[in-house]
Amino acid sequence: MEEEKFATIIVGAGPAGSTAAYLLAKEGLDVLLIEKGATPGSKNMFGGRMYSHALHKIIPNFWEEAPVERPVVKETITMMNGSRSVSMDFQEVKWGTPPYHSLTLLRADFDAWLAAKAEEAGAMVACGIRVDDLIRENGRVVGIQAGEDRMLADVVIAADGVNSLIAQKAGLGKKFSPKQVATGIKQVIQLSEETISQRFQLSGNQGAAQLFVGDCTKGMHGGGFLYTNKSSISLGLVVTAGALQHSQYKIIDLMEDFKENPHIAPLIEGGEIVEHSAHLVPEAGLNMMPQLFGDGILVAGDAAGFVLNLGYIVRGVDFAIASGEAAAKAVLAARANNNFSRQGLSTYQQLLKESFVMKELVAYRQAPQFMANPRMFTSYPQLVTGLMGKMFTVDGGPPVRLLGKVFSQIKQSKIGLTQLAVDGLKGARLL
Amino acid sequence: MKRMSIEQLLGINKFAVDDDEAHIILKKDICAACMDKPCTFACPAGLYTEKDGEISFDYAGCLECGTCRTVCPKEGAISWQYPRGGFGINFRYG
Repeated sequence: MEEEKFATIIVGAGPAGSTAAYLLAKEGLDVLLIEKGATPGSKNMFGGRMYSHALHKIIPNFWEEAPVERPVVKETITMMNGSRSVSMDFQEVKWGTPPYHSLTLLRADFDAWLAAKAEEAGAMVACGIRVDDLIRENGRVVGIQAGEDRMLADVVIAADGVNSLIAQKAGLGKKFSPKQVATGIKQVIQLSEETISQRFQLSGNQGAAQLFVGDCTKGMHGGGFLYTNKSSISLGLVVTAGALQHSQYKIIDLMEDFKENPHIAPLIEGGEIVEHSAHLVPEAGLNMMPQLFGDGILVAGDAAGFVLNLGYIVRGVDFAIASGEAAAKAVLAARANNNFSRQGLSTYQQLLKESFVMKELVAYRQAPQFMANPRMFTSYPQLVTGLMGKMFTVDGGPPVRLLGKVFSQIKQSKIGLTQLAVDGLKGARLL
Repeated sequence: MKRMSIEQLLGINKFAVDDDEAHIILKKDICAACMDKPCTFACPAGLYTEKDGEISFDYAGCLECGTCRTVCPKEGAISWQYPRGGFGINFRYG
């Protein structure tokens, strides 16, 4: 049987893969987008929000046709410690109007839509196919093997997610260490649209995003997240796999504890769980980045470790989309020169360097290390909640002015003033 | 909200279980020598359980996240891949 030959084969119909497929198909290339799930998006999961800029650039006003949930207008960061919590809210009403700054999504719907856009543009989308291996010729990647099927291409784009077995098979990615990734666990909780809007003080279709830090992870490196969809809430925890390795807590118990937490329970009261999911997050950024290109192959999205977690902001999908775009452009450049070697595909690196993808990952390259500081998950939430507790408690005791309260709380936290100053300065510099 | 068992939670999900081929296979003799057995608490589907020092594992409810593969301290104990095309977890929300 003659092997089919494509201009490009893309492994994985997530945001990176589908974006690359869409852009290449639009240029008239023969593109095959392979997805192991029965439908695009059926294997994909994330926290719940996408920053819109990257896709808006490629498909202007995509929200008019894409299945999006709510535009986020309200950001909340909550520190939790036992019965106490301290939240900081930020609201930008303008984010509720086009061009929406960020949108909550459910990936099964959204990814299926984006893959359908690629199909509409002329890409061939093949679902339910697991790619088992790469086909090489003289050391160059020339195609993929899926079961008995062999399919050839000038270039293969590995957009197969955080566990990128393809990048590893190509010799570009190494096995990551437990400190470099985090386990995300999430439940989708159905509630009526009105209940959500009322509960989170949102008007109409506006949405909220909330991050939690403190004892929701029992002091382990990680945190909680909540995103409001139209008629459901995405609620979950992210804990570094390195912390889980030595944990005495089961992550599934942490998740159930989280829902019972007195600061969370009222937010989800009356809801019905409709899905329990999990996914790894490539948190180490540049420190876990594989080689991005080789002879006949490019790596994009989560497979390339393109995630940025600054503690107050978590991004991945906009990086995935921009890297899919850069990959598509690199393929076009390689075609123009008819050179699909490593050198011919090196435009990819250049394009990424010029885009926000590498600029931001480089700028925040020390963030993962800073975020790993255990004080972030124990001492600081205790300090802040304790201080607020002192400020707002009236019990007829002797009066202590604010400065005194601050000092006594710092003393109690055992962090030390110097340490506090150093952490504060470091955080402000690195994040 | 009522606390749910992991069996109840997995029962809500949609799976197309591949009865003919396990995508994750353990070498139980290697697991037996593992002290911490982090898979038993790190798996978000709670699929690794320990009974009388022996690990048992059920691939049917796997969420395909890769946590076990990452936290496993014993080289060669877990042979991990994705289920065959079309099989495994089917996220309806994601």
